[in-house]
Amino acid sequence: MPLRKTWFALFTIPLLFAFAIVVIVPFLCGIYYSFFSWDGLPKNPMIFVGFENYADVFRDTQFLSSLLRTTLFTLLTVVIVNVLAMAFAMAVTSRLKLRNVGRVMLFMPYLIGGLLLGYIWQFILGDCMTMLGEITGREDLFFYWLSDREFAFIGLIVVATWQMAGYMMVIYIAGMQSISDDILEAAKMDGAGYWQTFFRVRLPLLMPSITICLFLTLSNCFKIYDVNIALTRGGPANATEMVSMNIFNEIFSKSNYGYGQAKAIVFFFIVGIITMLQVRATAKREVEV
Amino acid sequence: MSTKTLTLAGGKRKAGRIVGNVVLLLFCLIYLSPVYIIWVNSFKSRAEMYMNVLALPETFTWEYYMGAITRMDFVGVFTNSLIVTVCSALLLVVLCSMTAWALVRTKTRLSRFLYRFLILTMLIPFQTVMMPLMQEMNLLTKVLGIPMKNSLGGLIFMYIGFGAGMSVFLFHGFIKSSVPASLEEAAIIDGCGTWQLYWRIVFPMLKPITVTVIILNVIWIWNDYLLPSLTLTSNANKTIPVMTSMFFGTYSIEWNTAMAALVLTILPVIIFYFCAQKYIIKGVMAGAVKG
Repeated sequence: MPLRKTWFALFTIPLLFAFAIVVIVPFLCGIYYSFFSWDGLPKNPMIFVGFENYADVFRDTQFLSSLLRTTLFTLLTVVIVNVLAMAFAMAVTSRLKLRNVGRVMLFMPYLIGGLLLGYIWQFILGDCMTMLGEITGREDLFFYWLSDREFAFIGLIVVATWQMAGYMMVIYIAGMQSISDDILEAAKMDGAGYWQTFFRVRLPLLMPSITICLFLTLSNCFKIYDVNIALTRGGPANATEMVSMNIFNEIFSKSNYGYGQAKAIVFFFIVGIITMLQVRATAKREVEV
Repeated sequence: MSTKTLTLAGGKRKAGRIVGNVVLLLFCLIYLSPVYIIWVNSFKSRAEMYMNVLALPETFTWEYYMGAITRMDFVGVFTNSLIVTVCSALLLVVLCSMTAWALVRTKTRLSRFLYRFLILTMLIPFQTVMMPLMQEMNLLTKVLGIPMKNSLGGLIFMYIGFGAGMSVFLFHGFIKSSVPASLEEAAIIDGCGTWQLYWRIVFPMLKPITVTVIILNVIWIWNDYLLPSLTLTSNANKTIPVMTSMFFGTYSIEWNTAMAALVLTILPVIIFYFCAQKYIIKGVMAGAVKG
């Protein structure tokens, strides 16, 4: 049944209008802004500088080191989150009586939201750790984590993991439930042990879920901002400043609107390329039964 | 003899299961311990907190909660968050389901292009558009007099734009796989108009995916910080995350009041979660299968 043109317009235009105003126009304007030098004040002139902003982006050591840091953070967090989430999913799809309680509890942190999570953990990893150190006497492990370069970075990984593991767990549960018991039964009959079944049967059949989870964790980690600002504000001494925060500060704190926007466009290409490559790579490994 | 070994094996398995349950429960409790720590310390004075951070408070005093409620204007920001979240989520359902249906049922080059375009733009990070978006909204507010900046209505409009890709994607997948076109054809032959056809016949069939879309959008919008922090400038318009960040940024942190504020802001989410927990986990699962 082909929809008439007027109906098609009536059904789609309200949404497409909002979408164009909010996403498309700013995106195109953003490309335009990135070729100018401008401090964001309407009374001051915008000076056309061509590709100079882009050249500067690749010479900006603070930006490049935050990019490297974000990449390292993303790699570590993606692995930890997915391994943990899969282990959670295995535990709560087992025959244990408390599996549903486990599901509900482990998913909960995801609902709280990055900013609040960051503030909660700011207390845990800061003052609370110090106090625990005084009580236990183990001040080598329990100290103010957020004032140490490495430990603040580890803290970010801990909090991001805490936020996302439950969400990914739910996606893995959905994937595991779609594997039919017949296949697992057949593997058991053929004499496959627990780990053999896990690696040879479950894991290949879970590839669609793995694709989704990797996509979500990868892009969420790379774009991380809320947790970053609430937990460490980029400190100590910029040691935990991720790319999103670097871009935000360049534009709104240092008032380099054109230059900051060039960074934002570069950021868009990096995120786009990484996620596309990942989806291609894992989608290839999906198997059909 | 053989029955004895059988019960022995059964007993072993039972013991293993009890251990498994205990380990799972303990792990979950440790996993959620940060929330516990924030909760117990929201009742303690500074001295009491330093004595033992992990212990329950000696008395449950509401002093710090009262302080947090008045300082944050909790009722006001809660209402703002609620208005923005509910309106955006509902409008997203209405507009995106309509769009998705129209895109599935018209097999033209334009509809295919629009769908792909919507999906592809989901890759644009917010940081890439935030500055030009704010410039555009300033312009609309100042030159055309449309209150986009510092207004809840403007914020809702922006959420519709940013949420469009994801929601259309979910509705599109569901309609394509689970809503038969034959039913619609039959209704048309019976003389049903397009508008009625959609709201009376198609939309009710979208219920499962509608639940998923609402849940995912509510979680996102309720917790979103950066967009409202850029658009909402006056205190009267702020949402919960924006006010929380002000609270933590401006005062040198008095942890007991700050923790009372954190408990207050988390509480509505947890209550909502325990009431709708079944739907939330199922909804997220359904979203994952379609995605």
